[in-house]
Amino acid sequence: MDWQGQKLAEQLMQTLLLAFAVVAFVAGYWLGSFQMMLLIYAGGVALTTLITVPNWPFFNRHPLKWLDPSEVDRHPKPQPVKSKKKPTKQK
Amino acid sequence: MHSYGYRANGVLSLSLTILALLCTVASLSGVILNLPPPSAHVEVVNINWFQKHRSGNDEVSLTLNISPNLESLFTWNTKQIFVFLAAEYETPKNSLNQVSIWDGIIPSIDQAKFRINTINKYRLADQGNNLRGREFNLTLHWHVMPRTGKMFADKIVMTGYRMPHEYI
Repeated sequence: MDWQGQKLAEQLMQTLLLAFAVVAFVAGYWLGSFQMMLLIYAGGVALTTLITVPNWPFFNRHPLKWLDPSEVDRHPKPQPVKSKKKPTKQK
Repeated sequence: MHSYGYRANGVLSLSLTILALLCTVASLSGVILNLPPPSAHVEVVNINWFQKHRSGNDEVSLTLNISPNLESLFTWNTKQIFVFLAAEYETPKNSLNQVSIWDGIIPSIDQAKFRINTINKYRLADQGNNLRGREFNLTLHWHVMPRTGKMFADKIVMTGYRMPHEYI
């Protein structure tokens, strides 16, 4: 899962859970059935788990573009500049 | 969110938080409704016997006709209602004597309006011989048990009952 996919997964999870909670409450209240509310919400949680937990292909649409290894030779890692004088504690 | 474990953990914790929120809202939803108060009517059909025990305590046996209507107490968040009938009277020694003489559990709204003809389920005995000619109240108490939220209780006091003046 790439960076964009992780963001999408989190947003999907929050939106879906909240939406199912609202639907479950309204349906339960409307039907006068507490059990119906819990069943709808449980179904919503199961669906959300199914959508956001596995690493689905649509979470991998923005792969990171790493530089080619040959770039390393052309741009050598800058070496830390060695200081000529050592920092001394007493002056 | 980079691994299965983190995503599963996220779903679990958020879903449980929302579930707690749902239950809170559900428990509040019943309070908002302004339903008519329940009603009850109790009639003492017959006094079967009334005697003084050898211990000196009065005891009476009543036949009661109890007809409450508790339908308005049921909301979608009500699990059941416990209801009991108490005889309440005042004696020189105690300002309030409460004797539970009948009780029942109402599991659904279909059974919240009923009429029952019964003798007192529990013994109506006094701690002494104060019952002769005593005026008493019959009070229907109820405890509403919700699925989630706070349990609450209320009562209806019915006045104007009187014990017989002589033992029978």
